[in-house]
Amino acid sequence: MKKCHITFQLNGRTCEVLVDPNQTLLSMLREDLSLTGTKYGCGEGDCGACTVLLDDEPVNSCLILAAQVDGHKLTTIEGLADGDKLHPLQTSFIDKGAIQCGFCTPGMILSAKALLDEEPNPCELDIRTAISGNLCRCTGYQKIVEAVKAVADDCQGEN
Amino acid sequence: MPKKKFDVLNSRAPRVDAAIKATGKAQYADDLSRTGQLYGAILQSPLAHARILSIDTGKAERLPGVKAVITAKDVGLTKYGVSPARYDETLFAHDKVRYVGDEIAAVAAVDPATAQAALDLIKVEYEELPAVLTIDEALADKAPQLHDDYPGNISAEVHQEFGDVAAAFKECDFIHTHKLVNKRQDGGFIEPHSCVAEYDHDGRLTLYTSTQVSHYVQRTVAMVTGIPIGRVRVVRPCVGGGFGPKCEATPLELSACFLAIKTGSPVKITYSREQVFLHSRARHQFYHEMTTGFKKDGTIMALAHSCRLDGGAYSSFGIATVYYAGSLLGAPYRLPNMKYDGMRVYTNKPACGAQRGHGGVAARACFEQQLDIIAEELKIDPIELRMMNMMETGDTTCNALDMSSLGMKECVNAVKKGSKWQKKKGKLPDGKGIGMACGFFVSGAGYPIYRSDTFHSTAEIKVAEDGGTVILRSGIAEIGQGANTMVAMIAAETLGIPLADVRVDSGDTDYSVDLGAYSSRQTLMSGHATKDAAENVKAQILAVVADKLKMDVKNLDIRNGFVKVKGRKKLDFAKFRDYYRKEHRGWPNMPDGAELSFTEAARMAFLKKGTIVGTGKYKPPILGGKFKGAAVGTSPAYGGSAQVVEVTVDRQTGRITVDDMTDAHDCGLAINKTMVEGQMQGSLSMGLGEALFEEVKFDEKGHLMTPSLGEYRIATALDMPNIDTLIIESGEPNGPFGAKEVGEGAIMPTIPAILNAVYDATGVRITELPLTPERVLLALKEAEAEKNA
Ligand code: FES
Ligand code: FES
Repeated sequence: MKKCHITFQLNGRTCEVLVDPNQTLLSMLREDLSLTGTKYGCGEGDCGACTVLLDDEPVNSCLILAAQVDGHKLTTIEGLADGDKLHPLQTSFIDKGAIQCGFCTPGMILSAKALLDEEPNPCELDIRTAISGNLCRCTGYQKIVEAVKAVADDCQGEN
Repeated sequence: MPKKKFDVLNSRAPRVDAAIKATGKAQYADDLSRTGQLYGAILQSPLAHARILSIDTGKAERLPGVKAVITAKDVGLTKYGVSPARYDETLFAHDKVRYVGDEIAAVAAVDPATAQAALDLIKVEYEELPAVLTIDEALADKAPQLHDDYPGNISAEVHQEFGDVAAAFKECDFIHTHKLVNKRQDGGFIEPHSCVAEYDHDGRLTLYTSTQVSHYVQRTVAMVTGIPIGRVRVVRPCVGGGFGPKCEATPLELSACFLAIKTGSPVKITYSREQVFLHSRARHQFYHEMTTGFKKDGTIMALAHSCRLDGGAYSSFGIATVYYAGSLLGAPYRLPNMKYDGMRVYTNKPACGAQRGHGGVAARACFEQQLDIIAEELKIDPIELRMMNMMETGDTTCNALDMSSLGMKECVNAVKKGSKWQKKKGKLPDGKGIGMACGFFVSGAGYPIYRSDTFHSTAEIKVAEDGGTVILRSGIAEIGQGANTMVAMIAAETLGIPLADVRVDSGDTDYSVDLGAYSSRQTLMSGHATKDAAENVKAQILAVVADKLKMDVKNLDIRNGFVKVKGRKKLDFAKFRDYYRKEHRGWPNMPDGAELSFTEAARMAFLKKGTIVGTGKYKPPILGGKFKGAAVGTSPAYGGSAQVVEVTVDRQTGRITVDDMTDAHDCGLAINKTMVEGQMQGSLSMGLGEALFEEVKFDEKGHLMTPSLGEYRIATALDMPNIDTLIIESGEPNGPFGAKEVGEGAIMPTIPAILNAVYDATGVRITELPLTPERVLLALKEAEAEKNA
């Protein structure tokens, strides 16, 4: 199989990779780039553990071919903190107890980020809808929703 | 009991592992990779029941990139399982396969694609046998038999009677019989099982694996591979949820170990989501029938209970399950007479095992519905009926379970008030309903799975040489529930130092023996062992301080990171402080201030004695009765919970929406309040899923029809209401600092509370789960037809 040469923005840096034409984005991130913060939970688009932001939109990286990100912008959980400064959603997830096993957490945080970037003042239903493709078996979602809400409220306060 | 003042416990401290998990740095088994790692894959049976005539691995072995192919011929036929009395599995099937998914061979190759391709090249000839897929088929005359050693397809049978049920029934004013059947559930954890095994040619095997029970996995791996236990090391990385099904050694782990031994290279294997469903080991399907006798004043007199469990092809945890299904009805109501007949049956499906609320969830769903039926019959409020019969601290059940603390009445009162029950019960419009239920659960199984006098948990605490950090090493299983944070908090509280100064390294069988995360045992048992180790370290340090500074050790204590002196005497440590500062010239955060810091005290101890290490241990006292099966259900303590649920039932579509949940749980003492609430909320979401939509289905050939999280639906953020979580702290005398379980007891009342609420909304009792719109509609229609007939 002839490899594809792709170039894209990954967490703010230009990245060039040789990928198999049938390789998923999830596999490229985990196997080729060792970015294991993006998780395999099902490989079928059902769980959202593999969520990354493609041009700021949440997508299931298990359903996208690596070759498709050529020329695009990609954000994974590893790209969220700014140096040693955590993203407000990360801090809020930690403070509110929104993390248990943590396996859904990277995807959950990225889905929440996409929501807040688009709608800084979401209602609870907006939040629940935005993360409804991210399954969590541990938390019952309540503390996750609270964590997202707290960040939204903070943005409100700053404005 | 009077509230003690804690410095660390009973707070809302953030979890010690939260930051690595929020940043994607946390490493789970599939995130690990070792130099020269190979990838494994497992060949599984496509037939539910078949004789294996031949296995030809030649072609697979010759495929370039394949490093090893193993079958039963290579790994032997050592039987293993969970209960030693019921070891009924071998790693690979050799004579026959017993379910679609039964393991036949495994390969290791240079990449996952080659490993998969090799599987396709293994040729297995089968002679298909008739399969039994239901309990009735399995128990029929001349039914095909799964195991020669267990005739009649009976995996286990239990017959118990406490008191005299027949005599008690004669004294009853009412006797009511009721049935309930649930469906096979899946653990639904988001991280599929994964592991990496490594063999070092010196005869040492290391297994990194997503497990709840490093200790039992270590024992099983040692037994099946024949490697001495001291040369088998099991390390648990971060685990993405377990909930019971990760409580035993898996074919995945054993295959990886054998492949690593054979190839001399590290081997990683990860289950696909479909394989997680095929491996199963999750909640059984239970058929309960309960007959309850009671007096017209509402006193419950007796319960005759029978239960059949669809066990699947192997025993797994099922022997305990069939006992739990009976014994967990012994409380929290006074029930002087109880008879239980349980039977677990083999069928040609994946084996069921333990899942959150082990064995007791469906039983509770049946019994708590029955209490509501009785209350209605007697025209007593269901909460009143429960309160009348409720046990209290100090009560012992008819099956010899000791309620050393029981805040059940407090739980009931809390949800009654929190839900505004009195304003709502009987007063909601048609289609809206409110229901309640209670539950209780063990706080750690009283006995290990294999007969032994072993400690249930040991722990080791080491103080860093500068005295600044305490390192806690333990075999505990952090599987998401917060075990690491719990032990860190207990260590910090006991030592009298800030939580930030404790580092936990856990889940490694090299560190300590801990039986793992099952039966809600970590807080009580591993908490005790940790406390014991911390007390030991503290005593060692204070002894040196007392000696050096010529004080009576009895007058010394450590709190908030400083050595405290009782009475008026002052510690004269100026000389030592100077010395410490000189030793650490140029270091930041040098101790100053009026008090001797823990850091200085610990350094003093190090200089005197070398590395300060303290160990701790815990095992429960002898518990329970003398009858057969008395061990299952015993525990040093019991958690309790009560719940009120409000639902809307759409009579047109049959769709149920859960609008509100109020949950109270008696956890003895909340080591960490946020984490206790998290366990309650997570339990309720699993219970809600089981009540409303979760069901693993098979076709008539025994193929899984729900092999994905699309077809098998678990609760999403849109299914869950916000839950009012009320923590009750009864102060458990047998728990560390008064703490006991919360991880499983909280799920107990959820299903019956929903069922009771649905009845309140519609006047219709539904006795089969899950409450899918079709099932609800049908039940409503039947009720309508009956009314009109
Ligand atoms: S792994 Fe991509 S959605 Fe589950
Ligand atoms: S925290 Fe475990 S799946 Fe969400």
